[in-house]
Amino acid sequence: MCECHEKSDLSLIEETLNKYQDVSGSLITILQHAQDIYGYLPTDVIYHIAKRTNSTPANVMGVATFYTQFRLKPVGKYLILLCKGTACHVNGADRILGSLCEELKIKDGETTEDGLFSIKSVACLGCCSLSPVMMIGDETYGSLTPEKAIGIINELKAKEAAK
Amino acid sequence: MKIVVGQGSCGLAAGAGKVYDAIKQNIKQNDSIELKVTGCIGMCYLEPIVDIYDNGELKARLVKVDAKDAERIVSAVRENELNQLDDIKITADDEGFLNQQTRIALRNCGIIDPTDINDYIANGGYGALKKALKEMNPESVIEEIKISGLAGRGGAGFPTWFKWDAARKSKGETKYLICNADEGDPGAFMDRAVIESDPHNLIEGMLIAAYAIGAGEAIVYVRAEYPLAIVRLEEAMKQAREAGLLGKNIMGSSFSCEMRIKAGAGAFVCGEETALIESLEGKRGMPRLKPPFPAECGYNDKPSNINNVETFANVAWIITNGGEKFAAMGTENSKGTKVFALTGKIKRGGLVEIPMGETLRNVIFNIGGGIRGDAKVKAVQMGGPSGGCIPESLLDTVIDYKALSATGAIMGSGGMVVMDTSTCMVGMAKFFLDFTAKESCGKCVHCRIGTKRMLEILSRIVSGKGKEGDIELLEELCYAIKDGALCGLGQTAPNPVLTTIRYFKDEYIKHINEKKCPAKECAELLTYTIDEASCKGCGLCAKKCPAKAITGEIKKPFEIDPEKCIRCGQCKIACRFGAVRVE
Repeated sequence: MCECHEKSDLSLIEETLNKYQDVSGSLITILQHAQDIYGYLPTDVIYHIAKRTNSTPANVMGVATFYTQFRLKPVGKYLILLCKGTACHVNGADRILGSLCEELKIKDGETTEDGLFSIKSVACLGCCSLSPVMMIGDETYGSLTPEKAIGIINELKAKEAAK
Repeated sequence: MKIVVGQGSCGLAAGAGKVYDAIKQNIKQNDSIELKVTGCIGMCYLEPIVDIYDNGELKARLVKVDAKDAERIVSAVRENELNQLDDIKITADDEGFLNQQTRIALRNCGIIDPTDINDYIANGGYGALKKALKEMNPESVIEEIKISGLAGRGGAGFPTWFKWDAARKSKGETKYLICNADEGDPGAFMDRAVIESDPHNLIEGMLIAAYAIGAGEAIVYVRAEYPLAIVRLEEAMKQAREAGLLGKNIMGSSFSCEMRIKAGAGAFVCGEETALIESLEGKRGMPRLKPPFPAECGYNDKPSNINNVETFANVAWIITNGGEKFAAMGTENSKGTKVFALTGKIKRGGLVEIPMGETLRNVIFNIGGGIRGDAKVKAVQMGGPSGGCIPESLLDTVIDYKALSATGAIMGSGGMVVMDTSTCMVGMAKFFLDFTAKESCGKCVHCRIGTKRMLEILSRIVSGKGKEGDIELLEELCYAIKDGALCGLGQTAPNPVLTTIRYFKDEYIKHINEKKCPAKECAELLTYTIDEASCKGCGLCAKKCPAKAITGEIKKPFEIDPEKCIRCGQCKIACRFGAVRVE
């Protein structure tokens, strides 16, 4: 039994589990669906998946922590994926990351106190010719400079403030 | 007339979606203008790109198009007055980027509509599959691939026919064909472009391979970071199924093959074939010991054959045109063409497909147009974290598996990152080790601990704490990891370090002995000062300094306190008089 304090609505994952729980090799797919539903992988959901797939929480956790896609903590409303691929590195991705962290007063991998922004540096977004690049939601922003990146953040902040 | 908007990931990132919408809004009902999308032509530096066709002939290629241009584009097309668009037409110089290429794997990219199977068929698509099923037996397909000399384009360069033949000859009723589209190399995006721009070419190549080895199920393992590729491939598979090209009794033959997509979850090591198989089975993607090879015992312990996207993208062309025509291109031991993702400090970055045997210099200077700002090229990094840095002095090396390996780099999957003199090579080695140390799966000690130790040594060198003997220690570790690691990730992880030590040892020595970074990139080794003569005393730098390290009186030269300075470089960016000096 899970002894954590999280109380997720487990009925949301029911459809996925019914479809995949008996299909061997589906654990990654189930976890991807779970993350889409909950925004991250809550511990009680991991226990639930383990039980239903006849696995152990340790095994499910092992897979969840192996792949960079999976998160064990909630993220902010806007998840900033900052590319640190080779081309972005050569074209100054570190400076972009530094200025974003400074602007939002968080470190790489953290979320702002108001829950609006999270920053995560990623290996490569595959838009190398527009480097340095970052992705927020489905939107890709290319040819960044520290000023341009901060400008984009400020636009989003203003958009939120207007709501 | 037909207006075609390029909508690969790069194009969309540059705003192609907005351009498409704006053009659509401007087209009136009674206009005889057709609006279509296409994939990526590979000239990423000119995106968004809009092509105008008349009766199938390209009349104009417009580049760096803005949504604001939509109205006049549509009106010029309507009135057939394309000279009104001369200011946004591609220049002859930029056309050279494409004209100097030979496109086989990318032959349809940026030309056909990837969302429409009929466009692919109209360009000869699925003809090779028909030929294979109706006129050839599996053995003769493998023979044709053998004649072509096609080798694995994922990086290792293993002969494709040999893998197919081994899988074909393996005992067992159930066999699998797997496509490795887990393009994890930072700095490479060839596979993404092929899937987004020409998904049917991949499907056709895979079906021919499945027929050759006797596989009834094919799986494409795609990186989750490529959402558009997954959507396009899913759509293409649906269309192929409806057209009787996928599923039971394909084209009325006795050959049946199902195909599905598996989205990866982000792990570089899953590009290694046995790790990919583990991941397909829903486990942690950790490599298996070989032998047994996947050809005997792979996915679900059944015979499996794994090839990379670009390898499959060549197959249909080879079957249609014959292996000899493919083998006629290239060098003695590297046949055909290779796609490269040309990026970094290059003027014209994008996708380049050229016959093997051309020189790196030709790719960088003639196709890529040289270095931005006409700076001096320092090195080109090939093969990503598994490859190495080739110095300027060796740019006449030809693109050939053996010739590139001799430099200490590898052909790799096709990442080609160009660096100028502002890139620190020790920093580059550290960048890759940081990547491999994070991506090491942890199964074998050499890779898990070895890459970490190397990263520690490199980190202390770039932060000015390098010690006498560090270079020798790094080299010793490199060879031990190469010998001891279980899979390709570990065995090749030392390559970036070995090649930078081999060609740029002086930079390592300067970092260690003089605590200086010649490229002025390693922040901790830099000293920021203000040149008294150039400083006008405006105080802008002091305002910008986040550490409050700059003081002074207005209209008098300011000063930086080296104790407080965090070397962020903000002052240098802020200063309008070039008074901030970095040493």
